[in-house]
Amino acid sequence: MSNANVTKTWLEFNLLPIELCSVSFQKSGVCLIDGVSVRLNSRGITVILGPNGAGKSILLRLLHGLEIPNEGTVLFKGVVADETIKRKQAMVFQNAVLLRRSVMENLSFVANLHKPQKPSNLLELLAEVGLAEKQHMPARRLSGGEKQRLCLARALVSQPELLLLDEPTASLDPYSVQMIETLLIKLQHQNTKIIFITHDLNQARRLAEDIIFVHKGRLEVFQPADSFFEKPDSEFAKAFIEGRLIF
Amino acid sequence: MQLFSDSFITAFYLIISGDPDLFEIIFLSVQVSLTSLLGSVIIGLPLGAFLAIHRFKMRSIVLSVLNALMGMPPVVVGLIVYLYLSRSGPLGFLSLLYTPTAMIIAQMLLVIPIIAALSAQIIEDLHSEYNDLFRSLNVSTTRAVFAYIYDARISLLTVILAGFGRAISEVGAVSIVGGNIDHLTRVMTTAIALETSKGNLSLALALGIILLAIALGVNLFAARAKYWVMDKQDV
Repeated sequence: MSNANVTKTWLEFNLLPIELCSVSFQKSGVCLIDGVSVRLNSRGITVILGPNGAGKSILLRLLHGLEIPNEGTVLFKGVVADETIKRKQAMVFQNAVLLRRSVMENLSFVANLHKPQKPSNLLELLAEVGLAEKQHMPARRLSGGEKQRLCLARALVSQPELLLLDEPTASLDPYSVQMIETLLIKLQHQNTKIIFITHDLNQARRLAEDIIFVHKGRLEVFQPADSFFEKPDSEFAKAFIEGRLIF
Repeated sequence: MQLFSDSFITAFYLIISGDPDLFEIIFLSVQVSLTSLLGSVIIGLPLGAFLAIHRFKMRSIVLSVLNALMGMPPVVVGLIVYLYLSRSGPLGFLSLLYTPTAMIIAQMLLVIPIIAALSAQIIEDLHSEYNDLFRSLNVSTTRAVFAYIYDARISLLTVILAGFGRAISEVGAVSIVGGNIDHLTRVMTTAIALETSKGNLSLALALGIILLAIALGVNLFAARAKYWVMDKQDV
């Protein structure tokens, strides 16, 4: 991926602050997100932590507009997301969803959707995630780690300003994890706001600038990563870090 | 056994001798079936895609009706088309009864439910898999439908072949609306029925063998295409 295509100036980055204002979400009568309010203003990586079923994925889907809150609003720089704002976002799902096409065709499908932002060289993007040599291979024949890296590459085709990742490194080998983390750090330096979910506390320590800790659909803690791991503002968060929190 | 061996010899002789009557019947059969198949695909595939993607009040009823229509007896379809196209029917002024067009219409009514119902199921499965991704990428519905059809092309090819099989092997409806008129609406199935009733079993079997060979050839071609695409794309 060439720098000319990816690097954005600070002025171009116009989605911050990202705000969840008293957001609640219910499905089938069950409250999954309960009055969450948070304001993300930093350009660093934000990590969402919480036990299974806490509502992390729903929170990410609400941010991306895949779910509509029953109450409250999600704002990007003070406004509700419209088509333009949505086009500046990309999401990588927990389960790699790949088109039944070749590796390269998975990327070119997205590139054709974003003609004005089409990267000059999709192959460079594949090289970035270590898949250049497999460009003609059917995407579904890739290994789990390769599939997830391809999903990440595909998400980057549109050069998003906001990248949302739902456990992108879950059950991947250390090589794939390191490759994805390196890429995320590089993207962050290129001014892409990254919000991602992980269960790996060490990974959160390595990457996060701030932490959102969710428990039973409520926002328990939003604080800088350093202080979160040193002295979390919530007993639940402390129990979670120490491996004592039971859902 | 004598009958079967005679039939094979007759079929072989008819083909290599280039019997014009035989080739006229084969040509008309294939022409009517392929035309009805094309029309059914043009109507049935978008209908199936629409039913797969959109949620509306009567959707399950429409799908149930389509599923039921897949098993509709051809003679009933033939009768309905006959009633519409007969001189006293609402479309009698078109003078289509006992023409290949009437046979195409009857076959389309039989094939459309197959194409629509089966493609709806295939595309719905793909839609549930791709939906979040496409919403995330802001993919338009039209583009999504093309993507579903492209990515499910092998499964849909099987559906289209099932439709072709239904069309080319159909006898009840085409004999009612076509009338089995020599040199005009006589197709292989109706010719087989006629020759059997005349006691000319050898010729009937010969036609049956040719009909089977066409069906087998089309399926072998499709199977070849399927494995070729699967090898390339793993679909």
